[in-house]
Amino acid sequence: MGETRDAHETTTAADAVAISGVTKRFGDVVAVDNIDLNIADGEFFAMLGPSGCGKTTTLRMIAGLEFPTQGSLKIFGDEVGTLPPNKRPVNTVFQNYALFPHMNVLDNVSFGLRMQNVGRSEAADRARALIKLVQLEGMERRKPSQLSGGQQQRVALARALVNKPKVLLLDEPLGALDLKLRQEMQNELKSLQRELGVSFVFVTHDQEEALTMSDRIAVMEDGRLLQVGSAEDLYERPANRFVADFIGQTNLVDATVADSDTIVLGNGSKVRATTSLGSGSKVAMSLRPEAISIGPRGSAPADHSEESLDGIVSSSTYLGHAVDYRVSVDWIDLEVRAGAIGAQQRFSPGDEVSLWWDRAANWVVAD
Amino acid sequence: MVGSGRQLGGSRLVTAATEALTDPALEAAVATPEFELANIRQRKRRGLLIALPAYIYLLIFFAVPLITVIIYSFATRNRFGGADLNNWNIDSYRELGDDLIRTILLRSAGLAILTTIICLLISYPFAYYMATRSEKVRNLMLVFVMIPFWTNFLVRNYAWYVILGTDGPFSQFTEFIGFGPTRVLFTQVAVVLGLVYGFLPFMILPLYASIERIDGRLIEASRDLYANGWQAFRNVLWPLSLPGVVAGSILVFIPSLGAYVTPHILGGTKGTLLGSYIVTQFLTARNLPFGAAMSTVLMIIMLAATILYFRKGGRTL
Ligand SMILES: Nc1ncnc2c1ncn2[C@@H]1O[C@H](COP(=O)(O)OP(=O)(O)OP(=O)(O)O)[C@@H](O)[C@H]1O
Ligand SMILES: [Mg+2]
Repeated sequence: MGETRDAHETTTAADAVAISGVTKRFGDVVAVDNIDLNIADGEFFAMLGPSGCGKTTTLRMIAGLEFPTQGSLKIFGDEVGTLPPNKRPVNTVFQNYALFPHMNVLDNVSFGLRMQNVGRSEAADRARALIKLVQLEGMERRKPSQLSGGQQQRVALARALVNKPKVLLLDEPLGALDLKLRQEMQNELKSLQRELGVSFVFVTHDQEEALTMSDRIAVMEDGRLLQVGSAEDLYERPANRFVADFIGQTNLVDATVADSDTIVLGNGSKVRATTSLGSGSKVAMSLRPEAISIGPRGSAPADHSEESLDGIVSSSTYLGHAVDYRVSVDWIDLEVRAGAIGAQQRFSPGDEVSLWWDRAANWVVAD
Repeated sequence: MVGSGRQLGGSRLVTAATEALTDPALEAAVATPEFELANIRQRKRRGLLIALPAYIYLLIFFAVPLITVIIYSFATRNRFGGADLNNWNIDSYRELGDDLIRTILLRSAGLAILTTIICLLISYPFAYYMATRSEKVRNLMLVFVMIPFWTNFLVRNYAWYVILGTDGPFSQFTEFIGFGPTRVLFTQVAVVLGLVYGFLPFMILPLYASIERIDGRLIEASRDLYANGWQAFRNVLWPLSLPGVVAGSILVFIPSLGAYVTPHILGGTKGTLLGSYIVTQFLTARNLPFGAAMSTVLMIIMLAATILYFRKGGRTL
């Protein structure tokens, strides 16, 4: 390839995956729309987004099962553009595992090694070690159809990991499992990844899974990459309305930018919030339900005069550890989550209340 | 084969069920209650009633002629070209050891095997191509495969007779491109050509059915696991399509082995094959017991092939 490496190139060469300006079209459908993405070596990276947003397509392009219509895709600094999948140091755990039904567990797991012409006995030894790692000892001779969903999932994992890939791609690997097994596997996957130090690119549409497992998360919508960041980044500093709404629960209050540190809410009240968007832009203020305090009418502290509203409770839902209120303010409804511990006062529908929050909780997102 | 959430959930049940079955103590414990047995018996009786016309049909047109042939094969030929049913022996079967018969049998088997292999080589890529097209193209191609069936088999063989004959279109073509006139008609090449042409759909259809059922993601998975194109074929596609290969091969081999019409029309008088030889025994030589014995042996070979087919490939059709 003979590339000349300047300072910038050497930094990207360290990235496990470097995607820049990649677009994938299927006829008229733009499945992936001009995305830039860097995944570091050893990172647990999640891709999150609603169905059809292009997660699988992105993963398949990294695996080589689909080629980009446009753009550059590098794996550890090497351009892989149209390299076939068998020539990439990448393995995949498929959405429905895609285990070979005519082979037993041992043959499934040692498949990749045999295809690389590793000797039969060495391949079997290495496969056995992986089978042990995923706790399937004693099932070597079983066919995939004789395994439970969770066991099949482990076989798929072992089959990919036995090849010591530099990047492991996982397409909703836990999607078919029930909740309990799913949580168990989440922990196992996470500790396995830490142990092996391999980059995991993990596709899911379960935001909780993404938030709890990943170092960084990419949120996609309609083939576009909306935001890449840590769980905190996404939750506390969402880049736009979609991300704010998609990650966790939030109240989105329509507003207009007045100047660089003031926005005007729908009812005309001015709120201090920093934004880089020009004055007059339509924005939304994202206010997490748990960031809002609730008290009897008039109980808002004096220093929160700008960040407070009066309203009437329209519903309350007891959750055990918390109570969710729905409060009608004159022009919108707000969700409020209050702790349910000890002496916290409870409110019933019809009660007149005041809501207030810290200035720091104001977060402006583009529409 | 396409894995779905439901299927994956279900497979756990299957595992439990198979475990239960392999445990003799459990097996004994799951005794069927009386009323359930009665229920099953009643259902079986009703099934028999529905199948009755089929059984009658099979009895009249299959069992009776078959048994007649077998009986005749043990009879003795009489002076008038009939069969003496009072004189039982296995002379006809002894005659099968004759060198001429062995030559005919081997020649027929060789041609049938060749036909089968050529059909397989042509059909596999075709079936694979067909199975990986869109639904619309697939159905269109299926229609194309079936089109020959709309014309009578005999007529199609005569069409080849004309095409391959002296001064026929084929000969004219070879002459035109500079190879001089060719005489393919009345050679074994013509016979194999005719057989391949005639039985190709019987290879394509089961192959297509079994390839179409293979989950494409398995091929992708193998490629992801460092298989090159050939390895993916050898280790995943081929073994998973084997039922179709076996089914198609037997469906082509059996009728090729006993073929009569095609060799008769395209093969001329040289290189007699089994089918024609049996017909000759019945109609010309009027040695009914001998013809019957040969037919019986042929049927046994086919039966063996059919059993193999049901063991290995029957389930895919
Ligand atoms: N082979 C294909 N041909 C045509 N369109 C395709 C193809 N593969 C994907 N698409 C389209 O591209 C878009 C993105 O699909 P993709 O499978 O990447 O979504 P996804 O984010 O993985 O969704 P899900 O969460 O449902 O798995 C969809 O609109 C889909 O219909
Ligand atoms: Mg997907």
